Amino acid sequence: MARKKTIRTIPQARTPMREQPGAERARNFAEVACGYSVAEALREADRCLLCPDEPCIRGCPVGIDIPAFIARIGAKDYRGAYDVIAETNFLPAICGRVCPQETQCEAVCTVGESLEPVAIGRLERFVGDAALAEGWLNAPRVAPNGFRIGIVGSGPAGMACAADMAKAGCEVTVFEAFHLPGGVLRYGIPDFRLPNEVIDAEIDNLRRLGVRFECNTLVGRLFTIPQMIDEMGFHAVFIGTGAGTPSLLGIPGDSLNGVLSANELLTRCNLMRAKDFPEYDTPMPLGRRVAVIGAGNTAMDAMRVCLRLGAEKVYCVYRRSRAECPARAEEVHHAEGEGVEFHWLTAPVAILDDGKGGVRGMRCTRMALGEPDDSGRRRPAAVEGSEFDFEADLIVYAIGTNANPIIGQTSKLRLDKRGYIETDAGLATSMAGVFAGGDIVTGAATVIEAMGAGRKAARSMKAWLGLRDETALAGEPAGTLFGIDARERNFARIRLA
Amino acid sequence: MGAVVDDGSRFEVVSREDFSEVTYLLEIRHPMMARAARPGQFVIVMAHARGERIPLTLADFDRAKGTVTLVVQAVGKTTRQMQQHCHVGTELYGLVGPLGVPSAIGSAKKVVCVGGGLGVAPIFPQARAHRASGAYVIGVVGFRSRSLMFWEERFRACCNELIVCTDDGSAGIKGFVTDGIRHALERHADVDEVVAIGPPVMMRACAEATRPRGIKTVVSLNPVMVDGTGMCGGCRVKIGGEVRFACVDGPDFDAHRVDFDDLMARLRRHAVAERAAAERWSETCRMQRPPEPPAEEPLPLPDPFEEVRGG
Repeated sequence: MARKKTIRTIPQARTPMREQPGAERARNFAEVACGYSVAEALREADRCLLCPDEPCIRGCPVGIDIPAFIARIGAKDYRGAYDVIAETNFLPAICGRVCPQETQCEAVCTVGESLEPVAIGRLERFVGDAALAEGWLNAPRVAPNGFRIGIVGSGPAGMACAADMAKAGCEVTVFEAFHLPGGVLRYGIPDFRLPNEVIDAEIDNLRRLGVRFECNTLVGRLFTIPQMIDEMGFHAVFIGTGAGTPSLLGIPGDSLNGVLSANELLTRCNLMRAKDFPEYDTPMPLGRRVAVIGAGNTAMDAMRVCLRLGAEKVYCVYRRSRAECPARAEEVHHAEGEGVEFHWLTAPVAILDDGKGGVRGMRCTRMALGEPDDSGRRRPAAVEGSEFDFEADLIVYAIGTNANPIIGQTSKLRLDKRGYIETDAGLATSMAGVFAGGDIVTGAATVIEAMGAGRKAARSMKAWLGLRDETALAGEPAGTLFGIDARERNFARIRLA
Repeated sequence: MGAVVDDGSRFEVVSREDFSEVTYLLEIRHPMMARAARPGQFVIVMAHARGERIPLTLADFDRAKGTVTLVVQAVGKTTRQMQQHCHVGTELYGLVGPLGVPSAIGSAKKVVCVGGGLGVAPIFPQARAHRASGAYVIGVVGFRSRSLMFWEERFRACCNELIVCTDDGSAGIKGFVTDGIRHALERHADVDEVVAIGPPVMMRACAEATRPRGIKTVVSLNPVMVDGTGMCGGCRVKIGGEVRFACVDGPDFDAHRVDFDDLMARLRRHAVAERAAAERWSETCRMQRPPEPPAEEPLPLPDPFEEVRGG
């Protein structure tokens, strides 16, 4: 660094990331955001001021040393940048794509006070993709400590917990009910946002850490959590079973054919490859005019999938206004660019029957925002006499999920009133040695929150197993994602590849 | 797909028996599942990596041999493909289970176990378990004709009485399983539970046969599902006006509270796509496999309106 960068000397505008044009991408499943080239990454890295107070690190749920990795990019030491990220995050190619950086690290970026913030997420993805392309993996060589860990669910929470426990020297087995691992990353998030190759590569990285994946295994029914501890020899168990049954509106027409949950639509399309029917056997409910109810990230995914499957019109129906919409701004922007029509302040009151068991449309009412509710968002109320009908032949519910009942049915774990697993602050459940995190504890949340929970549970699990010295660490940041941290003393780092 | 190789779960077919042109039995090695399985539970099968996930109710499980048994009717693309490809020594790509809440066994003293069509095989473990729990078990099984019958000796071994019903009267009584239920109820005033498994039309008829007497009646529902683990919501059914999910709340439900119209309408969801897949499959297989399915049964889809006979 010859001269000090200032807000005036850095490139003023954020480096745009190339995207497939809206009209074109709305008809294919290739990834929408193309990623940075080396030149683009260098230009964007140059926008980081390397400011001394480093607010971005605190903005990151897993505490990645963001200025350090950006500085490595700036020095064209991409492997070094990967090494920095890998200290704390084992899955940069995934997080760089699906983390809501605009509300985390980028929201507090110093550059962002006067200009657009540094595109940290895009830079993370650049490094993650480089690592996958080059086969970089930082795996510690750890003396096996003899502990056996069972992880229930191979989604982001389970993957995060598995990585941390494997790095601590435990023998880790991940159980997955589907025939392929990845959880929501596989069945939920579509290819154009997170290509399957990226998931495959990250799963392979976990395998290289020694993690075993057992698919086709529904824990609770094939064997129970108590059996894992009492009979199967697991010293600790993490439950990250993810989303449960979809919420329905409870309005007339709910059970018509042509009404389905976003999770069903996405699972058919993404995991079961119904988009390639009849090459693949799973059929897809095709809609000419599709109405998706809800405006979260899942709704955005469902709408964009429907466009790609050939729908002529895709509507987003949401009872609040754009300001309250829970989806990432970028996802809304992408959906709009692809031709989704948004109907804010609109709530369905009935699904209309076509007389043959299918759907011909939806009756909606206009809404107006009133006083803030418990969530702090303004409560929508129906505007009297504003009902109207519109035509649609496929209705997709993306209005959230409920707790999955299987673990509760098959163990004595304490659940809360809504059926989610009760945990303490360290994610320990009511059963000794059993930890839980992700949607099965909090209800529907994001991939990065689930990963954060998996890591937090791993820390508690290690403490419970006596694997770490919590007192050695007073004052340091509260642990890191997928990384090696000072409290763990029993390994040395090696580089693979 | 990419580089992911799942860690070696393969499900070997260890025996096969063909009961008729369309009905076949597969016994699959899965010691853990054999140990966990209870009557009333089901599995989801994927025949191959590009296959669909189809739910099938367990017809048997043998803890000593470490196997589970499926009795399959070749009615759609996947089940016909499996009929052609699943021989001893082959493997299924995916098999997950046991799924669903096990049937409640043990409280009833006198039980009528009714199986018709695709329900004959899965009623067997229920009958056996009720008998083992000390109940007096009356079996009622329905077939179209004698030539389609199977497992008569197995049912005789575990039932105190067995009533066979055939549509043409070629074995047992001539009539539907509902006639069999009437026979049983005439002779036994103290039946305290009826369990019925079969096509929805049959299960509805059974519900109506017992409703006037207020006899507790349980049916096993098999709606369209994808994951079978309580995530997709495709298997939602209406029970007493409430939405329930067959995969995690069922598959057993109180027959007198099931909305069968809703169930049958929802079973027709993918009729067009399924027909297309089956047709396309027949086309491509015609060259390799001269004997086509019998002409009088053009494309037997998983038809909810299938007559009570089945078999």
